[in-house]
Amino acid sequence: MTDTALLSVRGVTKRYGAHIGCADVSFDLYPGEVMGIVGESGSGKSTLLNCMAGHLAPDAGQVVFDTAVDGPCDTLQMSEPERRMLSRTDWAFVHQHARDGLRMGVSAGGNVGERLMAVGARHYGDIRGSAIDWLGRVEIDETRVDDRPTTFSGGMQQRLQIARNLVTGPRLVFMDEPTGGLDVSVQARLLDMIRSLVRDMGLSAIIVTHDLAVVRLLADRLMVMKSGHVVEAGLTDQVLDDPQHAYTQLLVSSILQV
Amino acid sequence: MTDYNFAYLDEQTKRMIRRAILKGLAVPGYQVPFASREMPMPYGWGTGGVQVSAAVMTTDDQFKVIDQGADDTTNAVSIRSFFERTAGVATTTQTAEATVIQTRHRIPEQDLTEDQILVYQVPIPEPLRFLEPRESETRKMHSLEEYGLMHVKLYEDISRHGHIATSYAYPVKVEGRYVMDPSPIPKFDNPKLSDCPAIQLFGAGREQRIYALPPYTQVVSLDFEDHPFVASKADHPCGLCGVEDSYLDEVIIDDAGGRMFVCSDTDYCTARQADGFKGKDAA
Repeated sequence: MTDTALLSVRGVTKRYGAHIGCADVSFDLYPGEVMGIVGESGSGKSTLLNCMAGHLAPDAGQVVFDTAVDGPCDTLQMSEPERRMLSRTDWAFVHQHARDGLRMGVSAGGNVGERLMAVGARHYGDIRGSAIDWLGRVEIDETRVDDRPTTFSGGMQQRLQIARNLVTGPRLVFMDEPTGGLDVSVQARLLDMIRSLVRDMGLSAIIVTHDLAVVRLLADRLMVMKSGHVVEAGLTDQVLDDPQHAYTQLLVSSILQV
Repeated sequence: MTDYNFAYLDEQTKRMIRRAILKGLAVPGYQVPFASREMPMPYGWGTGGVQVSAAVMTTDDQFKVIDQGADDTTNAVSIRSFFERTAGVATTTQTAEATVIQTRHRIPEQDLTEDQILVYQVPIPEPLRFLEPRESETRKMHSLEEYGLMHVKLYEDISRHGHIATSYAYPVKVEGRYVMDPSPIPKFDNPKLSDCPAIQLFGAGREQRIYALPPYTQVVSLDFEDHPFVASKADHPCGLCGVEDSYLDEVIIDDAGGRMFVCSDTDYCTARQADGFKGKDAA
């Protein structure tokens, strides 16, 4: 682990009129680290994620990313072309609903290849080769490469979305409830797959979820949010096994033990 | 003579269209919005092309209209007579004599000159439209030069058909900058767009866009390294004039599977027949 943070967030605040989306959030994310953000619905998790990924403009704060070429840069001060370039090379964003992140009218291979073509790949054979390779890595049979995502199950669509995002070898992945809306056995397989991909590729990731099992499995560190504020942060096991804040205690105790 | 202003449109409208044309010529391939007028013909019949033609037309012009290569189909005949009535300009069917040529779906076989203006009728000016339905997003993609999506369409073609099956409205890149829809011309005509001595203007009436290619502009058809662009045509000679290298229409001539291939450019074909060339189906 190097000394430079891959992503360092300082005082990010987003207001919706009088309401607070998220307030004064600061943290550092180091290369290879997975950070979980948990909290109930409306606690500002997704707002924070969208602010960091450049989908929303925060009212205050800095999001400094350690770019491959220029070193640490505040992504909020970047020009839009630079930020969009970043979001299709070094960054990846996995949506909760695969439909938001996929082109449903385009075949699986085309979906995976899009990011490659967006950064200048112009050799059909190579693009198709890496698309098939990535379908294999996310456990989709290569015979499905020319099928549209509409013919895929929910779990397969989500895996396809992940393949499409990771094909350009990003360094930072934002995930918004990647397992939401999937049944538990599919969730388990997906988590297993994400975990091995993150480990193999040395990815850093920020995972927003309300499912504590997801962060227990994937995240090294954890932030708990409530009403737009971070109420507790620390190592995942520490926070989950010895919650300090009243809200975290409530959250941990409300998991149904089977 | 006529109760209409010269070439139907009022002078202020023509000024507005000329401004859009000049801007389009200054930024080749960029789609310039303009306040398209209602024309006395339905959308899809060339309302954009007619407005552009009206704006560039002078009393000295010789006007020619091409519809799918032909001079004698409904669309060509009605637009030609429209300008005969409203502008009183001379009309012609001969490519070499014409100074303003309005066209739908074809570029003439005969090489154009610096004295000519070619006006295209465009149904959908946005090449990215069927891949990205949001206008706000496609404008952003043009301004930021994010054209990866255009290749996704070509990728889909190859994965489904084994080759690039797009055969008309084949996307091109203008001077290494804007990706442009060349209007629904066959891809056989794409190479003629590039380095053309004539001014090429594109008018889309319903979509309210004008774009342009100044003379001698570099226009490159998009492709993959391992699936290069091919300007394809039917592999036959013309049945009437015997020419090997012009774009052909396939015409069914009986109900027993009989067919013949003839030049789609009627002016080119009749001129060759007048010069004594004869194909195998010529009477």
